[in-house]
Amino acid sequence: MVSIEAAEPATAPTPEPRRRRRGIQQTRGYRVFQVVNAIILTAVVVVTLYPFVNIVARSMSHEAYIIAGQVNLVPRGFTLDTYQLVLSDSMFWTNYRNTVFYTVTATLISIVMTTCYAYVLSKKDLKGRSALVGIAVFTMFFTGGLIPNYVLVTSLGLKNSVWAIALPNAINVFNLLVMKAFFESLPNDLEEAAAVDGLNTYGILWRIVLPLSKAIVATMVLFYAVAFWNSWFAAFLYLDRQELWPVTIYLRNLIAGATGAENIGAISEANEVQAEATLKAVTIVLTTLPILLVYPFVQRYFVRGIMLGAVKG
Amino acid sequence: MTSQLSVDDPPAPPLPGVPPPGLPRAARRTWRRALRRDWQLYSLAILPLLFFLIFRYLPMLGNVIAFRRFQPGGNIFGEYWVGLRYFKMFLNDPTFWNVFTNTLTLGALTLLFCFPLPIVLALLLNEVRAGRLKRFVQSVSYLPHFLSIVIVAAMVMQLLSMDGTINQLVRAGDGEAIPFLQRPEWFRTIYVSSEVWQTVGWGTILYLAALTTIDDDLYEAARIDGANRWRQTWHVTLPGIRPTMVTLLILNIGTFMAVGFEKILLLYNPLTYPTADVISTYLFRVGFTSSNFSYAAAIGLFEAVIGLILVLSANLIARRTVGTSLW
Repeated sequence: MVSIEAAEPATAPTPEPRRRRRGIQQTRGYRVFQVVNAIILTAVVVVTLYPFVNIVARSMSHEAYIIAGQVNLVPRGFTLDTYQLVLSDSMFWTNYRNTVFYTVTATLISIVMTTCYAYVLSKKDLKGRSALVGIAVFTMFFTGGLIPNYVLVTSLGLKNSVWAIALPNAINVFNLLVMKAFFESLPNDLEEAAAVDGLNTYGILWRIVLPLSKAIVATMVLFYAVAFWNSWFAAFLYLDRQELWPVTIYLRNLIAGATGAENIGAISEANEVQAEATLKAVTIVLTTLPILLVYPFVQRYFVRGIMLGAVKG
Repeated sequence: MTSQLSVDDPPAPPLPGVPPPGLPRAARRTWRRALRRDWQLYSLAILPLLFFLIFRYLPMLGNVIAFRRFQPGGNIFGEYWVGLRYFKMFLNDPTFWNVFTNTLTLGALTLLFCFPLPIVLALLLNEVRAGRLKRFVQSVSYLPHFLSIVIVAAMVMQLLSMDGTINQLVRAGDGEAIPFLQRPEWFRTIYVSSEVWQTVGWGTILYLAALTTIDDDLYEAARIDGANRWRQTWHVTLPGIRPTMVTLLILNIGTFMAVGFEKILLLYNPLTYPTADVISTYLFRVGFTSSNFSYAAAIGLFEAVIGLILVLSANLIARRTVGTSLW
């Protein structure tokens, strides 16, 4: 397994010869390059972070300053009234609860399905294995397309239920291949010993393999959970009623100024000073917040998962 | 789970556990033995296989409605054959050719920027000596990857609104504020830059991993041969990450036709259709606004087939020319 630390030669235990080599190489041109490089990377950081800072500033500003085009890095006319407004909107909470419910359900289904199939595919001697792999991989490059999928989900009667979101995306083939690569890297001895001791396949998977695979399962949970948390299109397509929507659709309708904005309108009327611009900013902040809060802690698991997938290709 | 049987296996049939009746008896016997021994393993594959069959392969078959008359609520495979009627329809549809051109343009621009920029950023990061600084830049640059497209679109709209930061800069430069998102001539810039913003950092991961696998001795040798940093990068670093570059290029080409459907759907509006409307968004409207499912399915099938051809030929070319390929 490649961990993130491996990606950083400068901090790895091996850099001594390299640093010496570079020491010799410190020409004037290279020093200039180092300065320019630092400037470029700083610019990358600033450009990446600016939209976040800007949106937070807007969310805490008075509408009048926003309309006047005076809000950039810091809030002007500081107020948290809009936060209060959005947080007191019961539909916002309903939609947030839906997001949590959909994410948990869909992730659970995905994890079970992906683990089972990846485990089967990791058995190199299994007859028909290459066909089983092919069935999955082909779908990475050719899919049925939007319309046939819609027709199918509708005719299965999945509309307006969590199944319309969870089932059509139950297995992500990339995740499947990552997990398969991990299972293949596990030593075979333990499983063989367990088989000799009379454990059946299910027992081996449950009692021997999974306890060894906690890291990859955690990574997969994160991959799926973030994808489902962020998804909006399936909900947009298959969920017709406001009380079923996830929070991404709440935000989408707000920015699109479209259909479901009745209650938003009510909010704006209730407080005429705090209107659209702040409202949008606040909703963006509140939907981004959970991701920002967990991001620092989970980021390295994502990186690890990606690398694991890449090693296998 | 070791099997000595695999030595003289016949070509594997598409589905396990369902040996085609035409197989010779010996082959059928090995299947029976494999099933008897590994049935628990096969049983774990049943639900996932059902998933692929129902939600991936059935919709592929569902594409027959592109050749058949379809009635909403009727048979999911349509009512009766109409031949190539819907294909002729879109080949004669000027809107289709407009969205086709837009798809190619946006796809090409995305490839032009979103493919090489992560390589550049990875190379720059690779030159950073301070580990902590490097880690910080990496962590920050990955962040946008984790945001929902809805949030990204919302942020774009806020930044580009009449009172947003960009227009403040425009005004500061004595210009008139521009309603960017209503201007077709701005859409491509907006789309591609937001795409770069969201993907460039995350895209560096694989390159950074590949960079660590390059043997230090190669740099040493190059240095002894009198190569400066730039030449070392050119002759050692770039060839070292070439397999990664090729793999990612092929994958990028695979998504060429499907250009950011969801993001465009969120960002475009009738005013920007002339440049923003792509095949997938057009078929979305044909299907869901005009309820012409067969016509939309025909367009979708056309798009998917082109996508498949693109990725297959990219793979073939890569294998012939640089010896790296996906399969």
